[in-house]
Amino acid sequence: MKEGENIIIELKNVYKHYHMGENLVRAVDGVSLKVMEGEFVAIMGPSGSGKSTCMNLVGSLDVPTKGRIFLDGDDISTLSESDLAQIRGKKIGFIFQSFNLIPNLTAKENIMIPMMFQGEDVYIRENKAEELLKLVELADRGNHYPNELSGGQRQRVAIARALANDPEVILADEPTGNLDTKTGHIVMEFLEKLNHEGRTIIMVTHDPDLAQAHADIVYWLKDGKIEKTTKKKNGWSKTGKEKLRELKEERRK
Amino acid sequence: MIIDSFILSLKNLKHRGIRSWLTLLGIFIGVTAVVSLISLGNGLQLAVSSQFGISSTELITVEAGGITGAGPPGSGAVNPLTTKELDAIEKISSVKRATRRNIAAGKLEYNDRVVFGYAASVPSGDDRKFIYEQLGKGAVEGRLLKDSDVGKVFLGYNFYVNKVGLDKEIISGKKVLINDKEFEVVGILEKQGSFIFDNVVYMNEKDMIDLFDLGDKVDIIAVQPVDKNEMDKTKADIERVLRRIRNVKEGEEDFVVSTPEASLASINGILAGVKAFIVIVAFISIFIGALGIVNTMTTSVLERKGEIGIMKSIGARNEHIFMQFFIEAGLLGLLGGLVGALLGTLLGVLGTQGINSFIGADLKPNIDFMLIFFSLIGSFLIGALAGIIPAMRASKQNPVDALRG
Ligand SMILES: Nc1ncnc2c1ncn2[C@@H]1O[C@H](COP(=O)(O)OP(=O)(O)O)[C@@H](O)[C@H]1O
Ligand SMILES: [Mg+2]
Repeated sequence: MKEGENIIIELKNVYKHYHMGENLVRAVDGVSLKVMEGEFVAIMGPSGSGKSTCMNLVGSLDVPTKGRIFLDGDDISTLSESDLAQIRGKKIGFIFQSFNLIPNLTAKENIMIPMMFQGEDVYIRENKAEELLKLVELADRGNHYPNELSGGQRQRVAIARALANDPEVILADEPTGNLDTKTGHIVMEFLEKLNHEGRTIIMVTHDPDLAQAHADIVYWLKDGKIEKTTKKKNGWSKTGKEKLRELKEERRK
Repeated sequence: MIIDSFILSLKNLKHRGIRSWLTLLGIFIGVTAVVSLISLGNGLQLAVSSQFGISSTELITVEAGGITGAGPPGSGAVNPLTTKELDAIEKISSVKRATRRNIAAGKLEYNDRVVFGYAASVPSGDDRKFIYEQLGKGAVEGRLLKDSDVGKVFLGYNFYVNKVGLDKEIISGKKVLINDKEFEVVGILEKQGSFIFDNVVYMNEKDMIDLFDLGDKVDIIAVQPVDKNEMDKTKADIERVLRRIRNVKEGEEDFVVSTPEASLASINGILAGVKAFIVIVAFISIFIGALGIVNTMTTSVLERKGEIGIMKSIGARNEHIFMQFFIEAGLLGLLGGLVGALLGTLLGVLGTQGINSFIGADLKPNIDFMLIFFSLIGSFLIGALAGIIPAMRASKQNPVDALRG
């Protein structure tokens, strides 16, 4: 392992099986992988290959049938439900294919919610939400409800929400799956930008071009197993590593 | 966190459909019933108690009737009281004063219009003074009667403000025909706040006896005891004397001796029954309302499964989810209670006005802010209580299942 490269997420021989009546569904079937801090990881595979299940396990939304998952060195199976929620809210930002905004809340309120769960002061929430709306270029849409926004705009709100608690890891499950090519491209640019700022990105996709265009490392999943792993030739993007170092120093202060 | 949950819950409530609002009907009806009952109920009690006017504190009244079944005063009970009983009661040692009162239904004509109503006798001498004291107030216009007045009357307040069905108010100096005999009005009694006094024509006992040909018949004997604190003893004395005179056995009395306490108690008994009934109705509706809230909240936990998953994925702890649904249920209850309290108060006000115009009283609705406050708190708690189980289900929702829909 190279100096200064920390493992942020590790899956050790993880299984997730479901019983569907008489059948046993092996959604995830013995997956081991390590995600380094600042990496852009893609999990690639056809529909039903276990990508989302994998993602939910990584995001501690679900517990594995067998195997261990480490987040920042902590075994998540040893944590209480309440601690998990806390960690999930703080360290991980989710982005979903279907945006998953809360329909009764405005864009800005949607962005504020994760901070609420972390007990942030309401003024901080407001300021941060406005800042994030600017970042995703939706400053003028803060008071719109999700159904008043286009798909691309909704996904940008979701990105802003994912960033609300300044997480180390962004988990994106088919983030462009419900978007046309052009808006999908804009969303990917945002994810790239976040990665360049030093954030770890794990993206699920069934689109090999998308995976290879953006990710440093691609895990090819099939029937719940990693079939192969491919890496970008020049490894990590330089900018990402440099930024990461700066970011770490800043945090240390 | 609680304030945040409140705000979130309010936002969710804003987006609720008509179906949820309908489930509030139970709480709404219950609270309306309780609040209107209380803001009106005390009014009712006042209204009924005020009917006792003169006799309410110091007088024992004796009327013919009892188990032989008799009508209201003046309706000609089977075996009426006479001056013989009056004299006998007056002689009882625990009785300070016994006054003859006659009340008779009659017809009054004025300005070519006719109304039917009651005339009441006014005794003479010391008894007159006593009765006037009991009425407490003097004449609002003109004067009251004197012993020397013949062919004269004074009228209740409602004649003066034209609330008895005539086309014109009456003032002193005017002449009216009572049972076709002419009387001069000498004045108007000040408002007593009850139709029992305010709708009545008052005339001297002598005129009354002549006009209605009463002879020695007495409708009510108003008895003032020597000692106000010995009402029951005086009552027993009177009963003993009357049984002897009228030759009836104990338990078969054809007369009724009522002390003010007993009368008030029986009125209060009836009112308590009415109240108990309304309270039961209120509790049943509130219970049904609570079930309604359980039902809507359960439905909305199912409907918002996805939302729960989202919340959990962005860091909501189980307590957050619980609180949100719990408070939302409470707010649902509170809303039902709020509407109910408003409508209940309105009903209380309107009802009191109704009573006022019906009996010519001047009651104020009893708007009790503590009651409203507690019924709102209560509605919130009932809603929240009803929301506990749905909220627990919501909080235990597995986020992945919730997200998969
Ligand atoms: N909760 C569940 N119950 C039963 N089967 C499930 C459940 N979640 C996922 N699966 C099954 O596991 C397999 C992998 O699902 P998923 O991870 O959603 O695949 P992908 O995201 O790659 O399309 C599928 O066959 C799916 O039907
Ligand atoms: Mg999937």
